[in-house]
Amino acid sequence: MLSYIFRRLLMIIPVLIGVSILAFLLIHLIPGDPAVAMLGERATPERIAHLEEVLGLDDPLYVQYGRFMGQILQGDFGRSIHSNSPVLWEMGQRFPATIELTIAAMIIAIVVGMGAGIISAVKPYSIFDHISMGTALVGVSMPIFWLGLMLIYLFGVKLGLLPPSGRLDVTIDLETVTNIYVLDAIITGNWVALKDALRHLIMPAVALGTIPMAMIARMTRSSMLEVMRQDFVRTARAKGLPEKTIVFRHALKNAFLPVLTVIGLQFGYLLGGAVMTEWIFSWPGIGRWMFMAIGARDFPIVQGGILLIATVFVFVNLIVDVLYSYVDPRIRYD
Amino acid sequence: MKFLHNKRVLTLVILLVFSVLVAGCGQDTGSSGTESKDDGGQQAAAPSEKVLIWGRGGDSSGLDPANVTDGESAKVTINIYDGLVKYQRDSTEVAPALAVDWETSEDGKTWTFNLREGVKFHDGTDFDADDVVFNFERWMNEDHEYHIGGTFDYWGYMFGGYPGVVESVTAVDQYTVEFKLASPMATFIANVAMFPFGIASPEAVKEHGEDYFKNPVGTGPFKFVEWAPDDKVVLVKNENYWGEQAKLDQLIFRSIPDNATRLMELQSGTIDIMDGITPDDVATIKNDDNYQLTLRPSMNVGYLAMNTEKEPFDDPKVRKAVNMAINKKEIINAFFAGLAKTAKNPLPPSLWGYNDAIEEYKFDPAQAKSLLAEAGFPNGFKTTLWAMPVPRPYFPQPQKIGEAMQANLAEIGIEAEIVSHDWTTYLDKTEHGEHDMAMLGWTGDNGDPDNFLYVLLDKDNAVAPAGNIAFYKNDELHDLLIEAQQEMDQDVRADLYKQAQVIIHEDAPWVPMSHSTPPIASKKTVSGYVPHPTGVEPLDTVDIQ
Repeated sequence: MLSYIFRRLLMIIPVLIGVSILAFLLIHLIPGDPAVAMLGERATPERIAHLEEVLGLDDPLYVQYGRFMGQILQGDFGRSIHSNSPVLWEMGQRFPATIELTIAAMIIAIVVGMGAGIISAVKPYSIFDHISMGTALVGVSMPIFWLGLMLIYLFGVKLGLLPPSGRLDVTIDLETVTNIYVLDAIITGNWVALKDALRHLIMPAVALGTIPMAMIARMTRSSMLEVMRQDFVRTARAKGLPEKTIVFRHALKNAFLPVLTVIGLQFGYLLGGAVMTEWIFSWPGIGRWMFMAIGARDFPIVQGGILLIATVFVFVNLIVDVLYSYVDPRIRYD
Repeated sequence: MKFLHNKRVLTLVILLVFSVLVAGCGQDTGSSGTESKDDGGQQAAAPSEKVLIWGRGGDSSGLDPANVTDGESAKVTINIYDGLVKYQRDSTEVAPALAVDWETSEDGKTWTFNLREGVKFHDGTDFDADDVVFNFERWMNEDHEYHIGGTFDYWGYMFGGYPGVVESVTAVDQYTVEFKLASPMATFIANVAMFPFGIASPEAVKEHGEDYFKNPVGTGPFKFVEWAPDDKVVLVKNENYWGEQAKLDQLIFRSIPDNATRLMELQSGTIDIMDGITPDDVATIKNDDNYQLTLRPSMNVGYLAMNTEKEPFDDPKVRKAVNMAINKKEIINAFFAGLAKTAKNPLPPSLWGYNDAIEEYKFDPAQAKSLLAEAGFPNGFKTTLWAMPVPRPYFPQPQKIGEAMQANLAEIGIEAEIVSHDWTTYLDKTEHGEHDMAMLGWTGDNGDPDNFLYVLLDKDNAVAPAGNIAFYKNDELHDLLIEAQQEMDQDVRADLYKQAQVIIHEDAPWVPMSHSTPPIASKKTVSGYVPHPTGVEPLDTVDIQ
């Protein structure tokens, strides 16, 4: 197993090189350069030329790419063209927010999605099944920005139950350690901040969790249904095992593999930043950051961000693959 | 079995976290909505503290004013820094700030500033002439040790490069600074008053180097406390301010990118004041007694530029026809929520030098049609109309405005296809003249007519990448504008600019569309807010009940 993990980690290197070349080319091939983006209406030939010279944008592409890779290898992700702030610092400010939101969204998605899927499978074609699968269909198809705005309007403005957007009430002081506010609040024992951070998390997590929730629910149901029809389940029933034991110990364990795949993929996607959710809920995560950087042609941020997202995705996949062998002992990596 | 055991633990943890989440929400359901929102705030800030929370669309890119070009950065830095001089609260007339007075030599090449005594930076260091010299040399000399942390863009732009027009800055004594210019520059003092030229503490600049952008230290009415990128910037009152102290104890800028969310934040009371209001929401705010709408005086122009290098727009008759075909009034009522004036000049009417004697091209499709026929296009022609992809203060709904213009033009037989790209591409392509007609606009930097007419319509700027995207070239106009740049007498300059506007009106390279007055919405409890024409203002006079 260890050697398998090691091999998989080694494979990350060519993947990242490929991703970096692709990211570099893509962002350089679209029209509009960072000097223009930065100067906006105020671009003059002298100013653009000056900026391009200062930023090294007048060098040939391969020189720029070489410089970029050279920096990365030394652990230097460069500085943002637009703000001159270090890319790593910017990432460190935003990635924890994305992690926090992703975990919250996935918790909701997994608990509710698997729960609904299991019940639907145990009582197929029941009213609950129809309702929950109908809801799941709506969930998959619902535009997040619409759902988000409706949630804010209902719970934030009309009922006043939850703060409309943001991560934490701006007047609350929270000493940051990890920049994952919920965790920081627990570490520093700041219960006011913890409560407030959780309240801020609910709506964006629900909005972001809706699609994975629906996918998990549908996958759990279909996979469970298939397993429930198999002989060993009938045998278990014949043995007189309680239904609960059959469903959770025997069926669910066998039906979990495809569900785990969905969970893993969704986790990876969400960790790549959720532009719409972050936008609507003023969540300072990497989705919004990357989105703005692409618009501003802020090459170092886009390149650094894509590398981060690719790395995270590869790692999440690796973790899922390793988990497979725990779920299904027949799967071995040697 | 092992997995099942782990899974159970996992489920337990998940349920636990989830129940905390639900509890976080549930605990407040008992109390009434508005109270629950406020309690978070009052736990941290003492009840007597006055905190203003400003909701805005974007984050600052940096807090070193010399190294930023965006309004969201300027909005914050103008509260942290003072320049040598500043603009009056409601106009672009220049007033004393860190300099108490100043004089210029007869040839306009020497400027002497007498500095305010007893001023301290936020880090406790004293302010004097050496600090002024340090700052200006940092901005203008590319080989200065601390010319780092950015590209010092506005310096090069306003003062003509590095070092540009400034030959030397010297401390004559502890509180006197003398500038020697290479040539007289009429806009010098108005430029020095701009936000990028806020005086920074040299100690702080030296200490933080490249990272000064997130550790700003000035002399202004507010001190910097904290910046959480894409989330908030927190400032507190500077108790040792040299002028009248700020009324607020804390000033917090929150980034709320979505316009609809931002309005809902205001409605739920979590922010006190916001900008970036879509015209559709203006009525909502106007009809609610809890809020007030403040209009920013216009120092902008939205225009439709016709590419005079391309047929048929090389013919002034065609350009005049287009001017007469577009119904500006209707467009402003429909897509600016009425919050704009129709434009007849490139200059906004609030600027000195505005020529009010010019007669606007009246909306007259019949006359436009006959002009087109005279120009040889009795049946019109096909062309492209470029519409911006993003709202700007001068065009709040550019796509819809573009479509309205398209419909107007169709009436006289001009079949215009709408073209749009993402913002950066749009700017890039229009600067290189790929368009036939293109919508764009401008917000003034320093309140000087030169900053509109020379930048947007002089032949010097009609070279790609151009600021003059009509690629309009007129030598007579050029001579007038250059003369005005070197003339020190404002009355004489105003005359020159009035003549310039006559020429531009005759040649009609643009359809000047609108001078918008962007709205700012605030709670009724907010008072003392005076929006400045330049788009940014210090908030030291703002109070909240």
